[in-house]
Amino acid sequence: MASRAAATPAKEPAGPEPVPYNRMELMICVASRYLENGATVVVGTGAPCAAAMLAQRTVAPDLMIMFEAGGIGPILPTMPISVGDSRTYHRGLVASSMAEIMEHCQRGLIDYTFLGGAQIDMYGNINSTMIGTDLQHPTVRFPGSGGANDLASLCWRTMMITVQDPRRFTSRLDFITSPGYLTGPGAREAAGLPPGTGPYKVITDLCVIGFDDDTKRMKVNSLHPGVDRRTVEERTGFELLWEADTPVTDPPTPEELRVLRAEVDPYRYIIGRG
Amino acid sequence: MSRVGYEPSYQEKTVTYRRVGEGELFTDPDVDRAREYFRSKSRAMVPKVMTVKEAVSRFIADGDYIAVGGFGGTRIPTAVLHEIVRQGRKNLGLSGHTATHDCQILAAGGCFDRCDVAYVVGLEARGLSRVARRRFEKGGVKVTEWSNAALAWRYKAAAMGVSFLPVRTMLGTGTGAASAGVLMECPFTGKVFLAVPALYPDVAIIHVHRADVYGNSQIDGILIADWDLARAARRLIITTERIIPHEDIRDEPGRTVIPYFLVDAVCEVPYGSYPANMPYEYYSDERHLREWLEAEEDEERFRAFLDRYIYGVTDFMEYLERCGGIERLRQLRAEEFCLRDERRDS
Repeated sequence: MASRAAATPAKEPAGPEPVPYNRMELMICVASRYLENGATVVVGTGAPCAAAMLAQRTVAPDLMIMFEAGGIGPILPTMPISVGDSRTYHRGLVASSMAEIMEHCQRGLIDYTFLGGAQIDMYGNINSTMIGTDLQHPTVRFPGSGGANDLASLCWRTMMITVQDPRRFTSRLDFITSPGYLTGPGAREAAGLPPGTGPYKVITDLCVIGFDDDTKRMKVNSLHPGVDRRTVEERTGFELLWEADTPVTDPPTPEELRVLRAEVDPYRYIIGRG
Repeated sequence: MSRVGYEPSYQEKTVTYRRVGEGELFTDPDVDRAREYFRSKSRAMVPKVMTVKEAVSRFIADGDYIAVGGFGGTRIPTAVLHEIVRQGRKNLGLSGHTATHDCQILAAGGCFDRCDVAYVVGLEARGLSRVARRRFEKGGVKVTEWSNAALAWRYKAAAMGVSFLPVRTMLGTGTGAASAGVLMECPFTGKVFLAVPALYPDVAIIHVHRADVYGNSQIDGILIADWDLARAARRLIITTERIIPHEDIRDEPGRTVIPYFLVDAVCEVPYGSYPANMPYEYYSDERHLREWLEAEEDEERFRAFLDRYIYGVTDFMEYLERCGGIERLRQLRAEEFCLRDERRDS
């Protein structure tokens, strides 16, 4: 399925011929660039895992990948289906436990985590628990926190990869499953969460969003090629802040796309959903 | 007088606790009642080998609170879960620590009516179970919310024999507010923690790679939360891929994850985690799991599906036969060792 971004490839004055890409490929490539070499990251399956695998093969060869069920430092042969399956420590360094991974997070050793969710608000709070008003009788029941609340509470920087639409990007969550900046500046610390932690980037199919230092609200850092400000605003259920002269996101490079397609997800489990 | 370079300003502090969680506490965190139970538990190193059918009828009663080892789609005791459904256990409490296919099986049987939720109704990347979802939306299942770490640490508290652990997760969120955790101030630093209560399940069920007849057990790969779960549970049912000689345990005592005196039943069930992944043995059967999700879309079709795979078979071996038997298991073994990629052509 062609996305808006794919339909309008960026104009590149020089360099390699641009390769068309879908929105999932775009999100994974852009997300991978925010993982720095030598950092530690706890990821889930799907797009976050793909981004980490891509980073390991491009910008961050020494990225230490961990999975919440206990896998540490695997050489991933294929995309795991579960964060607990045997792929998550294939030729790895440690086959540990849930408590060990979460305790590394709590002790301050984990730099990044990647999350998804059904709803997200302007402070980066996430709902993956329910739609409705009564937890005992929800309109729609979702899985719940899993490890997401723990990772969003305890890792230094939380990133999210998600498609942007007004139902997801909403001004009021039905339930706060995992903490972003809660109600704004100082709220995490007041609640007792470790200082210096919180949402860092939200990578969507339209743009890269960061968080404003003063208000802790979402602030658009860059627009993906071919996307305009109005489209982003139409697909967001709250008011966004904007970087002055919002730049354009660098599109996926031919090399990123080659590695993603040939090595990270050859059977298109994830990128096939683009 | 400061002995360690830390100013002992805490000496005058009063510790305060504040109830934050509105959630119901489904299990008793009292350490001394747990000690009394463990005091009465047999220490005899005697053979405990029995069938799954016998283990379920002897050790799991209606109303018990149960916890399942593994990780939903990995190293789960499928045979026992099917037997619980077949024997029609009702009103169980369930620990929803990444409960995926295990939750799906027990939801199909309508076996539980309360759940400590960290992760339920979903099967990770595979999708959501309609049937499990309906149980939580309209089926009268009472829930208290937690996170995966919180439940793992609740097992750990019980395993340690303390009634709570202070943690830094779930703070400030709906998850914390719907938990049964209590805010407390650290007596040393004055910082805020969430006290999560020890979780002593009535019964835990854990699938392992190898056990001797007494229950000494070895697990390969990640332990998930099973080290602590085995120690937290009042009763423990072990299913094992194979029973090994007792001497093999003594050859490598460093590999024993679960000692015999925690164990009440040892059931030998080859391929006992199918259709879930068993590390170093066989990969998950994605085709069968998809068939299950699809069958859930229609009530009549799902009834027939359950008859075919659970109610209409006498034991787990017959279920394996109906799922393709040895040939299918051979394929999944090849897939586990990355000898071929089943998912490519399925």
